[in-house]
Amino acid sequence: MSGTLAVVPLGALAAMLAILVAEAVPAIRYNGWRFFTSSAWNPGNAYAPVVRAPVPHPPGARYGAWPLIAGTLESSAIALAVALPVALGAAILVVEKLPRRAGAAIGWCLETLAGVPSAVIGLWGVLVFGPFLAAHVYPALQHVPDVPVLGVLRGSFNPAGQGLLTGGLVLAAMIVPIIAATTRDLLRQVPVAAKEGAVALGMTDAEAFRAVQARWIRTGVIGAAALGLGRALGETIAIALVSGSSFGLATSLYGSMTTIAATIVTQLDSAQADPSGLAVRTLAEAALVLFAITLAVNVAARLLTRRAGRGLALPVGAVA
Amino acid sequence: MACAAGLALVLAPLAWIVESTVQRAVAGWRWGIFVHASTGTGGGLANALAGTAAITAGVVVLAGTAGVGTGVFLAEVARPGRLASIVRLGAELLSGVPSIVFGYCGYLALVVGLHWGFSLLAAVLVLALLVVPYVAKSTELALGQVPLAYREGGEALGMRPGHLLRRVVLPSALPGILTGLLVAVAISVGETAPLLYTAGYSNAYPSGALVHAQVGYLTYAAYAFYDEPGAAARALSADAAVLLLALVVLAITASRLVVRRAQRYAPDASPTGRAGAPTRRRSPSRAGGDVGGDQ
Repeated sequence: MSGTLAVVPLGALAAMLAILVAEAVPAIRYNGWRFFTSSAWNPGNAYAPVVRAPVPHPPGARYGAWPLIAGTLESSAIALAVALPVALGAAILVVEKLPRRAGAAIGWCLETLAGVPSAVIGLWGVLVFGPFLAAHVYPALQHVPDVPVLGVLRGSFNPAGQGLLTGGLVLAAMIVPIIAATTRDLLRQVPVAAKEGAVALGMTDAEAFRAVQARWIRTGVIGAAALGLGRALGETIAIALVSGSSFGLATSLYGSMTTIAATIVTQLDSAQADPSGLAVRTLAEAALVLFAITLAVNVAARLLTRRAGRGLALPVGAVA
Repeated sequence: MACAAGLALVLAPLAWIVESTVQRAVAGWRWGIFVHASTGTGGGLANALAGTAAITAGVVVLAGTAGVGTGVFLAEVARPGRLASIVRLGAELLSGVPSIVFGYCGYLALVVGLHWGFSLLAAVLVLALLVVPYVAKSTELALGQVPLAYREGGEALGMRPGHLLRRVVLPSALPGILTGLLVAVAISVGETAPLLYTAGYSNAYPSGALVHAQVGYLTYAAYAFYDEPGAAARALSADAAVLLLALVVLAITASRLVVRRAQRYAPDASPTGRAGAPTRRRSPSRAGGDVGGDQ
């Protein structure tokens, strides 16, 4: 009987893929490659009679999801760029320097932060964090000189702070616990003998870290980062609240944008008003794209973390 | 040092989120929210709490069954090999799928396809599938930590494998399974996106109807009421947020307590249950580095 139940995860995965593909095929045929390159999201004239060929659609319907895809990738990239150093620094400190009791308390904090509902984090982002950034941080950043790299920090922002950078920072807060907890577990598995050997050779802490721990956990950290990236790519509610929900590409670092997941959440109500059903099907196509992206990232993450575990399983360092 | 800054930046958001959520809720807190239903512009959260409780109960039943079954299959039934790794991979990939994709597929297949409409059953099914991988993984881990001595003792007494599993192995793995179920509770209490398109929302208490009846839930109040024009509704959003935080913290702390309780009374076993697992050994300070993390 457990064998029958064990079919559930794989079966669910296959079923979801089948449902999305079945629903999205007419939209894929209608939208074509334009879906990935165009920036126009036009549901067409819902009051005019539905045009039958090639696929039932309201006249004038054109869907281009490039801003959605770009917004998803941009916000997740910012989130990863901010979260990775922070999480690594915290994990290294917890394992290498802090006493065991403090490590347990911080572990509790990490688990709690990971478990906070995304609606709560989104509310914090839109009601507290965003306005704080818009009032205190972003105006200060405007004084940055207008030079090629730093100049990206200049731009106009709205007083509520909603936009790409705020969205990226909120996502970073959500993925930091994942990366930190995984890195902490990886660091704990570095064999003692290797560390002691480095100390015996007279290396300082930093040199020992670079020689032993860093090389040991390198692949695993990439896997952890990929896991965090997968989480950021799929995040819906928090980014829907903080991103500003604009269908265009973000014009600056603070510009309003949207992501695939946020679009699906906010647009389904209006998509149901389309009598031909093309809008609902296009959202299914967008969901399929998101599914594919997160699946690819997660497969890469699992491959990397698995290789880390296998390749480093040396018999040296077994606890006496 | 840079690492200290990193640690501060990890702990600061949690402190800030908790502090601001609590502060916003305390400002207009009324105990009446536990007895009144929401009215669209105000009222209370009693219907949302009841809805969340109903959905979570259904999720625990369904995901508990499927997840424990999968975990038992992976740990006990399947021979280590391709089939087990395929099932395990499927569970891991399922845990990486965005929750909105779950919700949208549930909408297409159940709400529209099977004509259930926004309903309790659709919500429970979708959320249960979402948390099955976590229950399966913790069940598999817990079963792997049952000492070999238990199994050998049962076999020596002549127990059949199924009997041994039900009477000896599963009960001793129960704390680990319970941890997984508590994680599932924490996740399903906090999810919004899948419920938006499978449960809808309702100002009424859950009527017990499985289909064709929308159900209220706590995260909707937090997500949708925050920018309502009326102050009463906005206060409800803040209250819902703090209740969500409290419930999730409760579930996570409970799961940690369960783990600690089990470790206090269980013999110290190596994770693979290798023979030679020693008798009870308390090691408050493990010598050198320990393999595998503690809490």
